[in-house]
Amino acid sequence: MSTLSQVAALAAEATDTAADDLKNANAATGAGFAYGLAAIGPGIGIGYLVGQAVQAMARQPESAGQVQTTMFLGIAFTEALALIGFVVFILLKFV
Amino acid sequence: MNGFPTTAQPNVLAQRLEGPSPAVAVAKDLARRGTMIAPISIIIGALFWGTDGAVSVALGLGIVVVNFLLAAAMLGWAARISLAVMAGAALFGFLIRLGLITVVVLLVRNEPWVELVPLGLSLIISHLGLLFWEMRFVSASLAFPGLKPPANERRIVVEQPETGNVQQQEQT
Repeated sequence: MSTLSQVAALAAEATDTAADDLKNANAATGAGFAYGLAAIGPGIGIGYLVGQAVQAMARQPESAGQVQTTMFLGIAFTEALALIGFVVFILLKFV
Repeated sequence: MNGFPTTAQPNVLAQRLEGPSPAVAVAKDLARRGTMIAPISIIIGALFWGTDGAVSVALGLGIVVVNFLLAAAMLGWAARISLAVMAGAALFGFLIRLGLITVVVLLVRNEPWVELVPLGLSLIISHLGLLFWEMRFVSASLAFPGLKPPANERRIVVEQPETGNVQQQEQT
């Protein structure tokens, strides 16, 4: 009887460990997807933004100052999306 | 006749921007505003998370300000070489700066004086808050491409359609 109860206790402990491992694995996977996907969008956005800005500066060099200012702010705003993804990653993974 | 253009076309990507970089001016102004809001942010962090929260908020604000300055410095440096290098600096700079932020946060995350929640919140809120604050001043006038000028230097450029004369008036 005692052997059976020991086996049951061991099985329950193994199940708990497996559940914890599964939870940790899911959290790590979710965090990785959050960071990765959050970096793709801003990457595409910054590429498009800079391409258009370079085209504008090449067409109208006299307005390069305004274009560069707008481009810098646009890059910073787009980068905020990646930062949000990074913070979500940190909070999911380590908190 | 041979199918090749007879006149040399200028390579637009080889053009470069001379003079002081407006991005650097904007980033310096962002840093100045960051130092202005730092005491308030640190006090808020201390109120909710104690001393660790205050240190974490200060760290987050520092990361954001350094990120702005680094981005502007890279863009300003690259724009003096050529527009193509500037485009490359913007794209690779995004990767490099995101990697630097990740490395810094991962290095300090196990330190006893770091609270991750206020650190993350200060990263997002200060980044967006400073940008919206700066945007109000940058978009104030199309006549001044960098920053909103001081009130005593503000002028409105008025062009006379008949004569083509350009006059400057005090803005009200």
